[in-house]
Amino acid sequence: MGQQGPILSVEHVSKEFYGNVVLNDVCFELKAGEILGLVGENGAGKTTLMRILFGMPVIAETGGYKGRICLDGQEVRFSSPFDALDSGIGMVHQEFSLIPGFTTTENIVLNRESMRPSILNDVFGDRMSVLDRPDMRKRAEAAIAKLGVKLDPDLLISEMPVGHKQFTEIAREITRTKTRILVLDEPTAVLTESEAEVLLAALRNIAKLGIAIIFISHRLREVVDVADRVVVLRDGLAIKDLPVAGVSVRDIASWMVGRTVAADAVAGGEGREFGDELLKVEGLWVDMPGETVRDVSFSVRKGEILGFGGLAGQGKLGIPNGIMGLYPAGGSVGLRGKGVPLDSPRAALEAGMAFVSEDRRGVGLLLDESLDWNIAFTAMQVQGAYLRPILGGLFKIRDEAGMRKLTEEYVGALDIKCTSPKQKAKELSGGNQQKICLAKAFAVKPDLLFVSEPTRGIDVGAKKLVLDTLHRYNREYGTTIVMVSSELEELRAICDRIAIVDEGRIAGILPPTAELPEFGLLMSGLAARNAREAVNA
Amino acid sequence: MSGKKSLGRFLTENAVVILFLLITIAAIPSSGLSIQYILQEMITRLGRNTFLVLALILPIYAGMGLNFGMTLGAMSGQLGLILAINFNVGGVEGLAFAALLGTPVSVLMGYICGSVLNKAKGREMVTGYMLAFFINGIYQLVILYMMGAIFPIRSPAILLSRGYGIRNTLNLEGVRQSLDNLLMLRLGGYALPLATFIVIAVLCAFVIWFKKTKLGQDMRAVGHDMTVAESAGVPVDRTRIIAIIISTVLACYGQIIFLQNMGNMATYNAHDQTSFFAVAAILVGGASVKKASIPNVFIGVILLHVLFVVTPRAGQNLFGSAMIGEYFRQFIGYGVIALSLVLYAWRARKDALRAREGLRRASIAAAPEGAAK
Repeated sequence: MGQQGPILSVEHVSKEFYGNVVLNDVCFELKAGEILGLVGENGAGKTTLMRILFGMPVIAETGGYKGRICLDGQEVRFSSPFDALDSGIGMVHQEFSLIPGFTTTENIVLNRESMRPSILNDVFGDRMSVLDRPDMRKRAEAAIAKLGVKLDPDLLISEMPVGHKQFTEIAREITRTKTRILVLDEPTAVLTESEAEVLLAALRNIAKLGIAIIFISHRLREVVDVADRVVVLRDGLAIKDLPVAGVSVRDIASWMVGRTVAADAVAGGEGREFGDELLKVEGLWVDMPGETVRDVSFSVRKGEILGFGGLAGQGKLGIPNGIMGLYPAGGSVGLRGKGVPLDSPRAALEAGMAFVSEDRRGVGLLLDESLDWNIAFTAMQVQGAYLRPILGGLFKIRDEAGMRKLTEEYVGALDIKCTSPKQKAKELSGGNQQKICLAKAFAVKPDLLFVSEPTRGIDVGAKKLVLDTLHRYNREYGTTIVMVSSELEELRAICDRIAIVDEGRIAGILPPTAELPEFGLLMSGLAARNAREAVNA
Repeated sequence: MSGKKSLGRFLTENAVVILFLLITIAAIPSSGLSIQYILQEMITRLGRNTFLVLALILPIYAGMGLNFGMTLGAMSGQLGLILAINFNVGGVEGLAFAALLGTPVSVLMGYICGSVLNKAKGREMVTGYMLAFFINGIYQLVILYMMGAIFPIRSPAILLSRGYGIRNTLNLEGVRQSLDNLLMLRLGGYALPLATFIVIAVLCAFVIWFKKTKLGQDMRAVGHDMTVAESAGVPVDRTRIIAIIISTVLACYGQIIFLQNMGNMATYNAHDQTSFFAVAAILVGGASVKKASIPNVFIGVILLHVLFVVTPRAGQNLFGSAMIGEYFRQFIGYGVIALSLVLYAWRARKDALRAREGLRRASIAAAPEGAAK
């Protein structure tokens, strides 16, 4: 048990997806009973690293990885998550993998139930054994006691508070007799403050039993509280690996985001004058899976570019999707003082808002249709543009010439690389597809344009063109833009104000000239904490 | 407030049962049938139908919905019976013989059905329904063209006069009510087919015991959440296939019990409505696509069949035509299935809405919605 060598060592691990380097020569070690905090922005490589550790099939399918992972000094290369489990690595996921209709006990011992043989075993095998419920309960209680928390073994998961679900999941991992390493991916993301504290205490209890823990969290305060050592990943590099003692939240935050700042980074914020208030959002909530918005209020002035940043899954994508009516939402949204009904994309479009979705291929484009169709589609559907009445207005037919002219205009203006307006949208490259989406939104001449992840999945040159286009439309035509992006740099490049969304709420709004650690701090879970304190006060 | 809410919940959850109870109670007096007659009919029909309806429980348990594919089992049972008559095996031995021959066929059918349903996760019910039509074609091919032509048939009495193919209606003289009459108990004017009820009781005991086994627990896990079960190492596809195999084999036995009670068999369409009436019965008993228990089966069989007994007479007395009652049967059967499915979907949406209410932890005074035109 009390061996001194590391039980897990990650040595020079590198991984690239189709030429895109996501992990670059990452090294760290983990000793028995140690708690390691692993932090990093989106895309820093945390998820990929954990996938490698767990032998997720996606890693092998994309060409494997370089470097070695050793358990007790022996190199391991898992081909499936079950191999990892057999070697004693347990994982607690961000979203619960529990069965809601089962009790705590049943979930803790899921598929490892205690059994008594029955007469049918000889004929039909082990699965005809009868469950030994008293023993199952005993094992569950033992695991709960190890955690040092209060959990009712007979309560249904569906009737539990979220915190208890998290404990149940951890209890399940530690009942595996072999578990020596436990990976927790954002375990406190859904917990209240007090629940999170109990969880951290439970983690210390487990660590005392000799189980090593990798603790992934964006709440840096918790990392500082509970971890013995912290590893900071940034752009695939492990840039810091040091004991937590003496390290402050602010230090970690600045390591996380502090990449070399490009010279032309800050273009906005030159003290521009804006018009009247254009959009006012109050108490918005959106039920978008994985991007829940809980309570968001903000306003945008005419001619402004407002940016929304924050880590993935915190709700920034939910804001435009909710306002445009693509997901169930509530609260109040007013455009120029007039209410806009939620849950109705058509009403949102008619009110004068347009949306360039982050889901380019799903929501943004008609992939099998020609470019002129794509660009004119929303304008045609919503405003009745590019339709000509015939037979005295009895029918309307498409104005092909008008659509062609429109398309040619945008192909020229946005420098879209295509063979003709009749080319199919799916044949274009990612960057050009994105320009088509922008052209489609510009074609309805919106007062307010929502742009969500405009540069996702397109190459560097195209990124700049897309951002320049947004910038130009804002300056030349006065289009008000709300831009949501995971990339802080591009927000800082064109936005006038940047709001950071954290746990479904706006953590704070900063000018683009603010220092990077300020942004990092807002992403580290402080806002939710303050909101809870405000409620409790 | 909460009392009112829970009453409302009770009403919506049992809407089908309550609706049926009301219709039945209203229809009994106008039928003019005596309580003794209705009770005797109930005893007979419980013995006849319960086994078939019980066959539906395990697939529901495994999250595969109502197993319309049970028709495949019914066809296997009929095949067994045809062969039993062909070899002239009578009595309870004849039934056992039919079951013995039907078992391997129904296991194979169950395996095929389960494998197909695994390819159509989330659409099991409609897939099973269509699969039954397809296998029906094969069944007819075998019975109508191959029997007597390719497979030798010993007893010319069951063949069509052209020399091959089985007759439209088969007289099950040899096995007629042989299980029912094995231990017939006469109690104050009522005839109680004890042996049949013992078989049903054994099946109920098996179902209850089965739920306590590891396999039963796995089925429950798969039924609740396939992804979680899979990630915990439960062999999901295999478990689902086993659930369907058991259901198909039970349907095979159930059809044999059903037909021995009827005493004759419509060779080409006895199985047509097997799944339809079994599904209607379990739904009337208060089961849903996701939840079913043994009491649901008994309540359902009783309620549905009281209505079936009563409505033709009530139709005769009220409208002067028994056909109205016949029409009612079909109408009610399909109506119940549709109603249950709609109610289920409606309830699922309500639950989603309720879950959404918990989204905003800090309550927000919702500003009045803008005047939407």
